[in-house]
Amino acid sequence: MTVMLETIALEKRFGGLVATSNVALKVEKGARHALIGPNGAGKTTLINLLTGVLRPTAGRILLDERDITSLKPHSRVKLGIARTFQINQLFAELTPIETVALAVSERLGCGKNWWRIVGRPSQVTDEVVKILENFRLVDVMNERTAILPYGKQRLLEIAVAVASAPRVLLLDEPAAGVPEDERHMILDIVARLPGDVTVLLIEHDMDLVFQFAKWISVLVNGVLFVEGSPEAIARDERVRQVYLGETGHG
Amino acid sequence: MLTILFDGIAYGMLLFVLACGLAVTLGLMNFVNLAHGAFAMAGGYCTVILVNRWGIPFLAALPLAFLSTAILGLAFERTLYIHVYRKSHLDQVLFTIGLVFMSVAAVDYVMGSSQVFVQLPSWLEGQINVLGVGIGRYRLLIIIICGLLTLLLQFILARSRFGSRLRAAVDDQRVARGLGINVGGVFALTFAFGSGLAGLGGALGAEILGLDPIFPLKYMIYFLIVVTVGGTSSITGPFLASLLLGVGDVAGKYYMPTLGAFVIYTIMILVLIWRPQGLFARGGAR
Amino acid sequence: MSQQPPGEEIARRLVARASWQPLEVLFWAAALASIYVLPGRHLILTEIAILGLFALSLDLILGYAGIVSLGQAAFFGFGAYAAGLLAKYDLVTEPLLALIVSGVAAALVGFVTSFLVLRGSDLTRIMVTLGVALVLREIANRYAWLTGGADGLQGVEIKPLFGLYRFDMFGHTAFCYALGVLIVLFLLARRIVHSPFGLSLQSIKGNPVRAAAVGIPVNGRLVAIYTIAAGYAGVAGALLTQTTAFTSLSVLDFERSADLLLVLIIGGTGYLYGGLIGAILFKLMQDYLAALTPQYWPFWIGLLLVAIVLIGRERIMSWTKPIRALARRLDWRRSTTAVAVEGQRP
Repeated sequence: MTVMLETIALEKRFGGLVATSNVALKVEKGARHALIGPNGAGKTTLINLLTGVLRPTAGRILLDERDITSLKPHSRVKLGIARTFQINQLFAELTPIETVALAVSERLGCGKNWWRIVGRPSQVTDEVVKILENFRLVDVMNERTAILPYGKQRLLEIAVAVASAPRVLLLDEPAAGVPEDERHMILDIVARLPGDVTVLLIEHDMDLVFQFAKWISVLVNGVLFVEGSPEAIARDERVRQVYLGETGHG
Repeated sequence: MLTILFDGIAYGMLLFVLACGLAVTLGLMNFVNLAHGAFAMAGGYCTVILVNRWGIPFLAALPLAFLSTAILGLAFERTLYIHVYRKSHLDQVLFTIGLVFMSVAAVDYVMGSSQVFVQLPSWLEGQINVLGVGIGRYRLLIIIICGLLTLLLQFILARSRFGSRLRAAVDDQRVARGLGINVGGVFALTFAFGSGLAGLGGALGAEILGLDPIFPLKYMIYFLIVVTVGGTSSITGPFLASLLLGVGDVAGKYYMPTLGAFVIYTIMILVLIWRPQGLFARGGAR
Repeated sequence: MSQQPPGEEIARRLVARASWQPLEVLFWAAALASIYVLPGRHLILTEIAILGLFALSLDLILGYAGIVSLGQAAFFGFGAYAAGLLAKYDLVTEPLLALIVSGVAAALVGFVTSFLVLRGSDLTRIMVTLGVALVLREIANRYAWLTGGADGLQGVEIKPLFGLYRFDMFGHTAFCYALGVLIVLFLLARRIVHSPFGLSLQSIKGNPVRAAAVGIPVNGRLVAIYTIAAGYAGVAGALLTQTTAFTSLSVLDFERSADLLLVLIIGGTGYLYGGLIGAILFKLMQDYLAALTPQYWPFWIGLLLVAIVLIGRERIMSWTKPIRALARRLDWRRSTTAVAVEGQRP
């Protein structure tokens, strides 16, 4: 198995606070990898480091053996890292059709084209169609994103990331805040992601984690605490203890 | 040489009194008040009317100018500004530019468009000679008054109950509200006080800066420079920035008249790029 | 109900964003007709066209990319002086060519200063743009040997357009020229905002963090549009010089930038026509109010600004709602397709 995404001694400090400490994470190609940990363990910080929103204090990040530590966020997207956000980060005034077309155009390299109309190379439209249909967004595709129901916004959040055709997809709590009866849609979508896409999932919802993940890393206080198969993690006494003080879930 | 330094300090202290209200507004409510100069102008014209028309002594007119501008500021704050705090910066800019334009035209209508002067008492005219340095009496008065005001301000902010509330509100509005501080009330008072100071500055500065209806437009950029260079997290920052600007401007006009004001504008832009929080802001401020 | 596969429907909807609305056609038809219908009003119509183009430049950065600028006059003024100097010293005598050169020169200034507005908040941008305009005004003021300083640039003589059409005192040539330039640049702007590049600007305005996460080089795009907008403003300024054969420091005034914001706000941002409609309303208003009391004209501008903010810009813009509804009803393409889509999904 080849390693798709790797961090070497990654560290991030905010003043005196150490948010990420000596993290050596390896995500294999095509993995279904979950990153769990109690609140404040530094999961989102790690995602922000991987995507370039934050600069690490020390350490390196490798994507497919290439050092991407100093690359800007948009350059990393071009290399194939896409993410979703824990709290929706969408374009309130754009419609889903525009939002997806934007991401697709950008990926196909016509994002700086100022002469052609959006969607004119039919390749763009084909992709937009496929994604909107896959993510069940066709019925709301011409509504402003701001007025979409929350579940649809959540779907769009993932759709935008997928539209970048990532090699590595970082899902930051995709089911957060989604009402129970719409949750199955998200689970369904996540389960149907193409097999060759490497997925790193951050989640609080243990049902989703154990349903999805083939490998689990546990992050506690910014340190990689323990790693293993779902079965091993479920049995692990230390993990149980870490989660005992937490919500009644784990 | 020393005379220039002295003039610059007087000028800078004047700028500080004029602009410190703006620093507080910006820091406390994150509100861009481009109309701050209009209050200064109000104070200036108030003094002109009091002294020239009604014959009130200059020194007695100064507190009156402060008081009337403060009341004016309070009235505007409670009736108009209060609706704009939560709007976008663009709206705030539009709104306060609107106020500037209205004040310019209104003063033009009432007082005429030509420059006016305050009739100074004779004991304030001329220079005195201290150790071979010519010192303008009027400028000396400005330094004394503004210096005392600065000390007073520092004392109020650092020691008084109101000061601690204000600092709490500046640091974190939500926490301050949670502690039972009436942030709206604190802000109204601060706004009034800041306007009053601007008015006092306008009264004192009428002689040096010149007073005409376009005063708020002419000096808007100076106030903004003080605030951007000094930062809004303390009053020491704007104070140092004012002195720097004052001395720099006076010296620049004297030694390099061809370069003119754009050196100062350029410095402001560079500071903004280099340190958006201000040159003297404490590290890690918002 | 027409049975269309949703794929084609989506494809059509995507492209339909850029299709011409009947009201747009009407607008430009009216503009062209004014050449013949209102020959006595060509002087003010020229002013409107120039102001509209200037406002269009602000709309490109404010309405589409979300950059608040209080110093767009910097580029307007630079273009105005460039055109004036080119004509005065016979450097480029063909007006259209001089116009292009002036626009490119202003765009260069925009490019250089664009790096200053990338960083920081709205507030920093407001002050930096304001500062840039003030610096340019101060330079123009100081270098009086070149610019004429406070007296303005005297002795500008504009040669006939294409060597054929003399700029007459009734402003007929000037209006046709200004309108032609406006139309060409408007078409270009329309093309730009409907392109993937334009869409990416809107996304940056909406959410720069996500835009970067989609792979958009945010800073690069902002530099590009700021440069383009500066070029537009420069062309507008150059048009003013060429049609009046004069320019002065007032082209760089703070009031010009502030008025421009008002013009755009009256007409509304983010749909390209806002600046043009705002320019028409603004100039008509100025024509009427300034005729009453020219000196107190700023008072009315100020009152309008204060009122607009207090009432709320969204609420003000609702006056266009009936017009937009009408536009939608007039648009045959939309009405049929919307039904089809709703039928597709139970």
